[in-house]
Amino acid sequence: MTGTLTDTAVDVEGLTVRFRSKRSDTTALDDVSLRVAAGEFVSIVGPSGCGKSTLLKVVAGLVRPSSGSVSLLGEPVTGPQRDIGFAFQRAALLEWRGVRKNILLQAEMRGMDKARAARRADELIELTGLAGFEKALPHELSGGMQQRVALCRALLHEPPVLLMDEPFGALDALTREQLNAELNRIWRETGTTILLVTHSIAEAVFLGTRVVVMSPRPGRLMRTLSVDLPAERDYAQVMTDSRFGELTREIRQLLGSVESH
Amino acid sequence: MTSTTASNDVQPSAGEEPGPPAPGGPRARIELGARFLRFLEAMWRPAILLGLVFVLWWVATAREWVANYLVPTPKQVWDRIIAEWSSLMYHSYVTLYETVIGFVLASVLGLATAVLIAYSRTMDKALYPIVLFAQVIPKIAIAPLLVVWFGNGLAPKIILAVLIAFFPVVVSGVAGLRSTDHELLELSSTMGASRWQTFRKIRFPNALPHLMAGEKVAVTLAVVGAVVGEFVGASEGLGYVLLLANGNLDSALLFAALILMSLIGILLFVVVEVAEALLIPWHASRRSVTPLTTS
Ligand SMILES: Nc1ncnc2c1ncn2[C@@H]1O[C@H](COP(=O)(O)OP(=O)(O)O)[C@@H](O)[C@H]1O
Ligand SMILES: [Mg+2]
Repeated sequence: MTGTLTDTAVDVEGLTVRFRSKRSDTTALDDVSLRVAAGEFVSIVGPSGCGKSTLLKVVAGLVRPSSGSVSLLGEPVTGPQRDIGFAFQRAALLEWRGVRKNILLQAEMRGMDKARAARRADELIELTGLAGFEKALPHELSGGMQQRVALCRALLHEPPVLLMDEPFGALDALTREQLNAELNRIWRETGTTILLVTHSIAEAVFLGTRVVVMSPRPGRLMRTLSVDLPAERDYAQVMTDSRFGELTREIRQLLGSVESH
Repeated sequence: MTSTTASNDVQPSAGEEPGPPAPGGPRARIELGARFLRFLEAMWRPAILLGLVFVLWWVATAREWVANYLVPTPKQVWDRIIAEWSSLMYHSYVTLYETVIGFVLASVLGLATAVLIAYSRTMDKALYPIVLFAQVIPKIAIAPLLVVWFGNGLAPKIILAVLIAFFPVVVSGVAGLRSTDHELLELSSTMGASRWQTFRKIRFPNALPHLMAGEKVAVTLAVVGAVVGEFVGASEGLGYVLLLANGNLDSALLFAALILMSLIGILLFVVVEVAEALLIPWHASRRSVTPLTTS
């Protein structure tokens, strides 16, 4: 599907995004370049308002660059992209649909083969521990379960690239760890390229093969750190790994140093 | 429409979804039963109040605290309804017919207008002032004009019912369509959804709770529209009966007509409530979750 690891999945070159309105003129991103190889897991951290969400939306083709270029899987991004899965901080589910039907929205919109989509939905429901809740409405689910549904929906069409914008931000620590472990497994098993925006440094390091640290607005890439930990990660193990400690400390320093200036 | 794609203008963000998720999981069937129970529970207070008013009416008229030609006794009204049963049923049918046709037309036209307004900024600017203007004209003032234009038949009554019921449908429809979660619309465009798919699967169902609230207001107003139309020029319908009774100082008949009009309004309101419960059980259940489990 995505070829070898050396293929470029996402290529951002000199990206600048300005938002103009009557009242304000904001530069959200300033000359950002980022190349993500297929199969990589890139975590993005940075102070709030530094343009992390904007970066994902540009990659998805939902926001147009003011200058610079973006390509996805070798094709320039000019409009909304279909070869992606997108998950937001809020689950954004259809409140009138049960779990399974919420997941299948993806298939309906894309006109996917019904039987195949149904099978895939059941797989994902199983994988994310939603079995038994297929018909439950969103308001009957906990926040963690709602996020699982959103994740299943984002994965249903087996997208080569998955974009996640603080998907676990609203969850309690325990649920978050659980979902992190699940996401790590899904990533290893599917080989999906993942861009994850998060405000948790631990989460960024635990999940990423690379962590991109951004500066405050206008967002620039301040530093990119490789996470030299094995691909398969166990929470208890990683947390006590000295390398994990070093990396999180370094990132915290980077973010702290900009805040004190 | 308000572009969900690559426009970098500042857009009004969609309203946040209210409330934390609630536990429990009753299904639609249980829902209807529960709704009925809640209905009964909600009804006993108004029922008692209504009973008191009735008793007061009875006593006041029986003791002749008010003159009989002003307020008839309940018995007189009842006898009158029985005596004129077939005629009153015919006139009720005419008013009901005008009301229902007017309400249905108002719903269809109102929803279409709401879609135009919600999807197109140009239409928003062009249509909203007209809609508002149509709303603020006193309907009673244009009723005679409609009779001059369309004669004494059903047309002017239906048009009045449409005019008066139209506004709440438009306003609630626009509010509902605009309340769609912005991120859902973005998600939809990354799914490659067409505008029609997005409308049918996301925006319209999302608008239904708002819309149904407007429909409930609209249906009660439609009755008013039909009756006002009958006041101005008619030879049938409850409005006509009311005017006739008034002219003859026939208070029993007048009260009979009033009661029947109210019954039509209540009946139609209940029909819309039931339609709402069937159409959006998910919304009803959201308002009335009984905790079965705790999470
Ligand atoms: N549609 C928009 N219109 C105007 N300004 C925007 C828009 N989206 C984002 N911004 C601004 O761009 C900056 C970056 O926003 P965002 O990408 O959401 O930051 P982050 O996700 O890192 O918190 C913020 O100052 C925000 O106010
Ligand atoms: Mg953000």
